[in-house]
Amino acid sequence: MSKPVEIEEATFKEKVLEAETPVLVDFWAPWCAPCRMVAPVVEELAEEYDGKVSFFKVNVDNNPRIAGQYGVMSIPTLILFKAGQPVTNVVGFRPKAELKKSLDAAL
Amino acid sequence: MSEIKKEYDVIIVGGGPAGLSAGIYTARARLSSLLIEKGAIGGQIINSLAVENYPGFAEAVSGIDLTQAMHQQATGFGLTTVYADVTGIKPSGKKQIVSTSEGHYTAGAVILAGGSERQKLGIPGEAEYTGKGVSYCATCDGAFFQDRDVAVVGGGNAAITEAIELTKFARKITVVHRRDELRATRILQEKAFSGKKIEFLWDSVLTAITGDAFVEGITVSNVKTKKETRLPVAGVFMAVGFKPNTGYLRGVVELDELGTVIVNERMETSAPGIFAAGDIRSQSIRQVVSATGDGAVAAISAEKYLGK
Repeated sequence: MSKPVEIEEATFKEKVLEAETPVLVDFWAPWCAPCRMVAPVVEELAEEYDGKVSFFKVNVDNNPRIAGQYGVMSIPTLILFKAGQPVTNVVGFRPKAELKKSLDAAL
Repeated sequence: MSEIKKEYDVIIVGGGPAGLSAGIYTARARLSSLLIEKGAIGGQIINSLAVENYPGFAEAVSGIDLTQAMHQQATGFGLTTVYADVTGIKPSGKKQIVSTSEGHYTAGAVILAGGSERQKLGIPGEAEYTGKGVSYCATCDGAFFQDRDVAVVGGGNAAITEAIELTKFARKITVVHRRDELRATRILQEKAFSGKKIEFLWDSVLTAITGDAFVEGITVSNVKTKKETRLPVAGVFMAVGFKPNTGYLRGVVELDELGTVIVNERMETSAPGIFAAGDIRSQSIRQVVSATGDGAVAAISAEKYLGK
């Protein structure tokens, strides 16, 4: 039930910037192998942080403007938003333990 | 989630082609087998969109599809996989104790198949601008450099493959290479030299990456004339070679001067019960086909060692 949901430019403001809970956004694209590898790890995190953090995915191919706005130039990039502001970002594939550490430190 | 047991006949460290092939052989030989992977199944080859030289695929196969199929095959024979970072290996009688970020595991035999990772140059700007113009994966990040000028650093297969990949997006690609000729295979060189967008800076090394919020340029030094030049680029793709993941193996098995594990033709290391396969071993030709071959040799040697 808490699987990361794919969102588009039209819903980004409401779902991410105006969210009351912290939000983790996974910037990815289908042609990026490390993105396909990080996806199952992010899904597990979405389960574990259910209720504490909302998880969304942004396909940079379809949404270049959002990616550009947040300076995403390597994927996968994970950005944690709190109260509409990006507070931390992680670039490239990282093991789950390391992602949890970055997430916990920023929450 | 079912409980993962702690004792095995064989532990394989690393889930690239070498480790997956070893796993197919040991699991199929009815040895209880554990694969420990620190990141993602597939190893370096997952960054390759088209593997054209693995036998059996007349149409190129992607690295990710190829290795996922290998993992499925090994899992079908009974291989168990855990995701953890291996931090040490210690012999204890006839057992090997493998320490990881998720606790200890023991096995009669260990196959080291941890491969290698992209070498970093360690120059000013490299770490700061990673993800802000510095990239280690052209297939992932090339599209962010549509109509921009970029540099590729290196002259081997990885560098030239990246330069060719980038011609789909970038306006101009400058390959910065420290020698006056490429190490890449002939077929790649032909593709690179015929590409109008690719230029070469020979005898040159990168000394700094500069910019503001994002990369804006690089400083390049000519190794013969010592002359420094600045080149405005928005992206820098690093492909300066690989370093073996053997940091935790110092004092456990013998390493050569490059840090790779010394093995004999049976893939035996200097330590009884520990074997090595693929890019992690000395003199590897760094190909998927040789890695899978090594994996099979190491698995059969491990089976003989265990006497089963």
